[in-house]
Amino acid sequence: MLHTFPKGGIHPPENKFAASQPIEVLSVPDIVYIPISQHLGVPAKPIVKRGDAVKIGTPIAEAAGFVSTFIHSSVAGVVDKIDKITCASGFPQDVIVIKTSEDVWEDSIDTSPDFVKEITLNSEEIRARVLQSGIVGMGGATFPSHIKYQVPEGKQATALIINGVECEPYLTADHRLMLEKAREICVGIEIIKTAISVSHAYIGIENNKPDAIELFGTVVKEFQGISVVPLQVKYPQGGEKQLIKAVTGKEVPAGGLPIDVGAIVNNVGTVYAVYEAVQKNKPLYERIVTVTGKHVTEHKNFLVRIGTPIQNLIDAAGGMPEDTEKIISGGPMMGKAIPFPQAPVTKGTSGILLVPSLESQRQNMESCIRCGKCVSACCVGLEPYIIMTFAERGLVDELLDYQVMQCIECGSCSYVCPAHRPLLDFIRLGKQIVRKQDKK
Amino acid sequence: MNSVKKFTVSPSPHIHSGESVQKIMYGVLYALIPAFLVSVYAFGFDALLITFTAVVSCVLFEWLIQRYVLRGKNTILDGSAVITGVLLAFNVPSSLPLWMIVVGSLVAIGVAKMSFGGLGKNPFNPALVGRVFLLMSFPAHMTQWPKPMMGKFFADAVTGPTPLAVIKEGIAKGNSMTEIMAEFPNISDLLLGFIGGSIGEISAIAIIIGGIYMLYKKIITWHIPVSILATIALFSAVLHLVDMNVYISPLYHILTGGVLLGAVFMATDMVTSPMTNKGMLLYGFGIGVITIAIRTFGAYPEGISFAILIMNACVPLINKSFRPKMFGEKK
Ligand code: SF4
Ligand code: SF4
Repeated sequence: MLHTFPKGGIHPPENKFAASQPIEVLSVPDIVYIPISQHLGVPAKPIVKRGDAVKIGTPIAEAAGFVSTFIHSSVAGVVDKIDKITCASGFPQDVIVIKTSEDVWEDSIDTSPDFVKEITLNSEEIRARVLQSGIVGMGGATFPSHIKYQVPEGKQATALIINGVECEPYLTADHRLMLEKAREICVGIEIIKTAISVSHAYIGIENNKPDAIELFGTVVKEFQGISVVPLQVKYPQGGEKQLIKAVTGKEVPAGGLPIDVGAIVNNVGTVYAVYEAVQKNKPLYERIVTVTGKHVTEHKNFLVRIGTPIQNLIDAAGGMPEDTEKIISGGPMMGKAIPFPQAPVTKGTSGILLVPSLESQRQNMESCIRCGKCVSACCVGLEPYIIMTFAERGLVDELLDYQVMQCIECGSCSYVCPAHRPLLDFIRLGKQIVRKQDKK
Repeated sequence: MNSVKKFTVSPSPHIHSGESVQKIMYGVLYALIPAFLVSVYAFGFDALLITFTAVVSCVLFEWLIQRYVLRGKNTILDGSAVITGVLLAFNVPSSLPLWMIVVGSLVAIGVAKMSFGGLGKNPFNPALVGRVFLLMSFPAHMTQWPKPMMGKFFADAVTGPTPLAVIKEGIAKGNSMTEIMAEFPNISDLLLGFIGGSIGEISAIAIIIGGIYMLYKKIITWHIPVSILATIALFSAVLHLVDMNVYISPLYHILTGGVLLGAVFMATDMVTSPMTNKGMLLYGFGIGVITIAIRTFGAYPEGISFAILIMNACVPLINKSFRPKMFGEKK
């Protein structure tokens, strides 16, 4: 019996159409728009100005606080301006606009295809390199990684857990990366193990990716202290706490952090970025993005320069299908719908999902029939139906009593509700109401 | 950028399971088909007519009230009023005068459902409220049970008491258990449904088939039916062991008097039952205990309708006390 997390969870159709498509390098756009806020925390501070010449990998913005990180140019060219454009968030944000010329890399970057296994940096040097390379959690959370690798005083990391589950339907970027860069990922794991000084790492992979499980099963034999943990398919297994529970059986206390049970979780994309930063001195300026959708003609996994307009990816995947109603950055469960395809790819863009109009219509909501499906679907153990009524009525004490702040916004409750109640919308509203109250 | 199309922006999740209230309700209706077929075979045209009248009146009352009183959108297509009609009909004898089932439907839909605001807001099972109302108002008609006539579609029904009533009366008269049992239907008749009783309660097998279908379709979980049946079996077994001459065997308790219909179709009504598994187990336990208590010490031989309604009233309390365990909460 394969492991999984025990409480709640759902099985949406996987629709991983792009799973068999090898990673393709997307051509470099004429102009890139690189947002200065691509991570959780304080936006980076631009350190270039109009007219500056940059190469691939040149830092163009620096960490502007503890929870912040560096940002690098993804092309060689000239800085055109610092502008505000509508980004994937749906809001105008500061972006550094760079006009592209022919590819030239910073000299320090090892652009050779050689695989480098031996690790020469120590823990502190690794963390510094991770910060200077602008690495953030690439599963979508975009939390700066150098902070994650700084184990807090009084805590002890005992296990590194690698998230290879990619539980969102449609997305295949991590899956492809695992198939094509297995050895590099294992070296990345070794590097992170050194940084946080743990002796064992576990790679959690859902058994809908038997090829990746098999491949890693052989590759990890070249390394010490890495094991593969095949998991049952269940959404949201990629949630940090759910993954830790599935892999180690340990339950992070409510309101606590993974480190409270000695765990540090990293996504495979992040691990690969760490490999490149530490072994090849290559900062994070490109990433893998899945482009897919039910009515998309060519499903693709692209290696994309950060700052490339999403439109370019869609064009390269056969163009925008006629009846596209929604563009989603990320997966269908937790991704963000974006108003304009001109928004750029960022460090957190794992996929672009195009949704046809028929599928994007929301049904009218009906009365709650108290079926309890939302309660059984919630992996946190919340009661979404009742939280929704508290949020509607603005009852702060009840919202707190029913632990609204613990919701991880996985969307399972809205997904299962037969009465089509927008439960998560109201839970978000409930959180806002509580936060507003806290400020007073 | 000549065509700046703005795409739809809406919060996640962007997909839905495709489940709907309607699908669930129709699932329940499909599950009721076997019991319906047996009832028509057993009670003939009368069963058909009562069921039809109940369904039509329930749907009509819901439509009228929704349209002219609540002024909300039309809800009759969601199938819940049809279910109430079928279940109400299943809980009355086929000899009931038609106008009475119309009154029962009005009480079920008007009083028990729509006065609370419609589907999902009613604390009590509407069909049961209708049934209990009829039982209180027209006790004579509600306790006369036509004998099954086995496929004779238009025959005139002969009425008689139900098995449980036979026993209760027999014991009251001071007859011995063996004497009483001589009049009692055998087990295979009980299983197949060739016994006196309400329209839909007679065939254990038909009801169980419906229950399995609902389990398979994930409309219900096992918790409520199993806890009701287990509780009834346990308590009646204890009583049976104490005095075999006064208390009948658990099997008869379970196979008669609408226990299965209640446990599978009435107590499992989503709207009026608890949310969590633990809550459901307690709710089922409560129904079982009250049923046996009424049957053993009370005036009514059946009892499960009252038991379910009483436990319906406890559901908000059960939901409050049996909240799901939070992830990461100390045990
Ligand atoms: S979105 Fe929140 S409340 Fe809904 S299932 Fe996920 S964690 Fe539970
Ligand atoms: S899933 Fe929807 S209908 Fe069912 S209890 Fe939750 S909110 Fe109510």
